[in-house]
Amino acid sequence: MHLALFIIFAGLCVAGALNLLFQRHPINSALSLIVVMSSLAVLYLLLGAEFLAAAQVIVYSGAIMVLFTFVIMLLNAGREERTHGSKLAYIAGFPGAAALLGLLTFIFLNRRSSFGQAQLGEYLATTGDLSRVLFRDLLLPFEVTSVLILIAILGAVALARKEH
Amino acid sequence: METSLLVFLLISLAKVIVVVVITLMAVAYTVLLERKLVGRIQNRWGPSRVGPFGLLQPLADGAKLFLKEDLMPEAVYRPLYILAPMIALICALMSIAVVPFGADVRWKGVQLFEISDTNIGLLILLGITSIGVYGIALSGWSSNNKYSLLGALRASAQVISYELALGLSLVGIVLRSGSLNLRHIVDVQATHGLLSWNFFGGFQFIAFFIYLMAAYAETNRAPFDLPEAESELTAGYHTEYSSMKFAMFFMAEYANMITVGCVATLLFFGGWTSPFGNLLPQPSNPIAISLLSLFWFVVKVLFFLFLYIWVRGTLPRLRYDQLMGFGWKFLVPVAVANIVVTSFFIGLRLPLH
Repeated sequence: MHLALFIIFAGLCVAGALNLLFQRHPINSALSLIVVMSSLAVLYLLLGAEFLAAAQVIVYSGAIMVLFTFVIMLLNAGREERTHGSKLAYIAGFPGAAALLGLLTFIFLNRRSSFGQAQLGEYLATTGDLSRVLFRDLLLPFEVTSVLILIAILGAVALARKEH
Repeated sequence: METSLLVFLLISLAKVIVVVVITLMAVAYTVLLERKLVGRIQNRWGPSRVGPFGLLQPLADGAKLFLKEDLMPEAVYRPLYILAPMIALICALMSIAVVPFGADVRWKGVQLFEISDTNIGLLILLGITSIGVYGIALSGWSSNNKYSLLGALRASAQVISYELALGLSLVGIVLRSGSLNLRHIVDVQATHGLLSWNFFGGFQFIAFFIYLMAAYAETNRAPFDLPEAESELTAGYHTEYSSMKFAMFFMAEYANMITVGCVATLLFFGGWTSPFGNLLPQPSNPIAISLLSLFWFVVKVLFFLFLYIWVRGTLPRLRYDQLMGFGWKFLVPVAVANIVVTSFFIGLRLPLH
């Protein structure tokens, strides 16, 4: 059951990502990105991370992608033109991507023991477990991250402020 | 008791069909209720010709909408123009799936009064709400009409802004019950009837008013119905839609209203529990328990639907800058203050460990 769902949604995810690249209209690309994010949420759920899955849908497929489509609609962006692209991308692109994939696979397979219990199956990390880790074991990094986000917000406000 | 997968699937399928049919019927009759009540508020009769007291009016409306010509303007972007009303309706109907609407009665080990009992029910509801805005946004954009586009832009800006206040207003409830499971949230409020409801005993009435106003804005209902303000935008995002595609938007709006009513009932007014608590003798027969819990749930949801219509009939529409200012400068700070005060009191009562 878990494996079947994984294959379906992983396939959907990859198909969405490819469609995102090949579509020429920005709004279609944005919609494919929503499909990718939502199927990622299902993959999180299959790994037992229920809070993460819900947050993924609310924050990414909901709020952030609505802003993306909002901007596309506001600017009324038209079709993209196809260019030949740079030579560098042709020469270095495929080997570079393959090398990166190989490196990641190597690290993941090598370090599998340190990933904990997360796997396809009955394992479930409840919201309580997650918050215990976030607010007790990793409290300092968590708070530092929130300060970082605050700085980003202040920066955005400073950039968007009208000069008088 | 172990349940086999087949039994589980069959009962779940039956539950889905029953709930969807009941929701759609409720949508049809909420429309009639609204027309009747707004008629009374405006000192006229409302629909009274079709059937006794106009009770067959929804049927006539449905037939009319089915038989109307489905116009497709030349300049629309077809795939999204067709997809948008479906997204709106599907999201509206999906959120009912996590709503528990009756006591914990089981048959062959499967819960009867809830389609799916999940640990993160509340978050799923918020997630589906945040996806639902695509229906409106895409419909306005794909219609290729400036009124539709403006309506859709307004709708997306409004929904994003009020989602924040909506989410923050629910944190107090979650703090008080220590769970995101809707059934558990109701069970916490079940002990002393009315006195232990979150609205009264939990002192969450500020959160309730924030939730109510944010939810009215999320469902694009008066006084926050700017996306379809007919005096400025013709009909807003659904200007170009006709026949069943228009009906889908209409059904989605009313289904969302019903969901909001259900959620307000569950979170603030003790769900299916009776307001009298243990003053009245508790029935022991499972059928009596089921009927009684369904009765209280339906009564409370009807109260919220009535409130929706009452507000629509009485309050004028806000201006756009007022709407944004109200959301960001009033609702969000008050919601944050509510969280601080609530967590302070809960912290005082809990022993440290």
